[in-house]
Amino acid sequence: MQTRLILFFLIFYIKSASAQQPDLLSLVEDEKQPKEFVKNSYKSTRVIMSHSLENLAGGVLDFRILHRFGMINEGAYQFFGLDQATIRLGLDYAVTDRLTVGIGRSSYKKEVDGFVKYKLLWQATGPKSSPVSVIYVGGTTVNGLKFEDEEVENYFTSRLGYYHQLIIGRKFSESLTLQIAPTFLHLNIVPETLNRHDIYGAQLGGRIKLTKRLALTADYVFVANGKDGDVEYKHPLSIGFDIETGGHVFQLHFTNATGVNERAFITETQGDWGKGDIQFGFNISRVFTIKDKRKK
Amino acid sequence: MIIKTISFAVVALLVTSVGLAQDKYFTKEGKITFYSKTPVEEFDAVNSAGLSIIDTKTGAIEMSVLIKAFEFKKDLMQQHFNENYMESDKFPKAVFKGTISNIAEINFTKPGTYKAGIDGKLTMHGVTRDITVDAIFIVSIAGVIAKSEFIALLDDYNIKVPGVVKNQISQQIKVEIDNTYKPYVK
Repeated sequence: MQTRLILFFLIFYIKSASAQQPDLLSLVEDEKQPKEFVKNSYKSTRVIMSHSLENLAGGVLDFRILHRFGMINEGAYQFFGLDQATIRLGLDYAVTDRLTVGIGRSSYKKEVDGFVKYKLLWQATGPKSSPVSVIYVGGTTVNGLKFEDEEVENYFTSRLGYYHQLIIGRKFSESLTLQIAPTFLHLNIVPETLNRHDIYGAQLGGRIKLTKRLALTADYVFVANGKDGDVEYKHPLSIGFDIETGGHVFQLHFTNATGVNERAFITETQGDWGKGDIQFGFNISRVFTIKDKRKK
Repeated sequence: MIIKTISFAVVALLVTSVGLAQDKYFTKEGKITFYSKTPVEEFDAVNSAGLSIIDTKTGAIEMSVLIKAFEFKKDLMQQHFNENYMESDKFPKAVFKGTISNIAEINFTKPGTYKAGIDGKLTMHGVTRDITVDAIFIVSIAGVIAKSEFIALLDDYNIKVPGVVKNQISQQIKVEIDNTYKPYVK
């Protein structure tokens, strides 16, 4: 009896083993899905004004021109703002896939700024992966204007401002990306004792990809303590389109923001969308591969 | 009697498993490179994680590569390749399933170089096409190397190149395959 049983199993085993495999590749495919980092949550490293979830790939240099015209509601005499311009020229370099450093020079207040951007967590798919990306951005700004009173002793540190942001965001789908970034900004010196030294806020941003090469973007900063002495500062809101052409990304936008670096647009925005204090602007990003990523 | 039967069964099992193991060869590090060359721009991309398996009994040969695993010199190209051209979120893999037409002429146990023809279906970017390629198999003690080279047309796979970059991306893409296979053991 037992012998028969064993024989039966033996025959069964041989039969099943020699049965034709329906799919050869399934023999070598890993059942586990490999961990894969989510990329291309934005076309650019800036949503419009603010930093986005996206870091440059290691070894890539990004030359950025941020150009903004004057207020549209200034009318025909100023050619609807096109007679004036504020610009920031910047260079960003990615040391690694997670670490980017950058410098820039803005025409507004002749400010120079530098920043460090580090990807702490990277959204990924597969086992043990994070559902969101978390990025730290820290920067310093240096006001380049001549001191108002040159008679008294002035310190270099009086020119400085600092900002810190923690960007938390997720690419929900191929077409939708959203982010929120708690922001803290400190100004070393302010004109009056009533003025703010510390500014708190949160940036909200996102994009909706319309076609492969076109996306709608929005970038808003809620400034918690907008009142500064007698002035009530506004929350900067920018709405635009990202257009990608080969090696360039153009970010055409409308905004009420003042200035083109974090210090300026978070603390000095006075334009009111409701009153038509809107400026047209564009960012141009051109990337250059400095280091071949395949030869690390 | 029972012990005898069991030992016979065990031996039989071993023999059949070994017998099965020898007729399949596989790799998880298949190398696939493609080249685009126009007067304006030249570029290439490499993928060293191709999966492939050969069944020497039937002559069946299959290969599968992840589109996202292609590496370019320039990250931006890689980004555009995935997002705009191959749409790798929608179509993550390229898969080839075919048959070595002259499998009888290739002796996988005897070192040497064998010419082969392979017919099959290549699926990428959601389009399946019949293709026929020439290949060479180099059998050695260390394993089996298979090499092949063919041209793929972008239009055949519904990969559209916009007008502004038409002079930078070739319509004819040269594809090179270089796989080193090892015996497949379950």
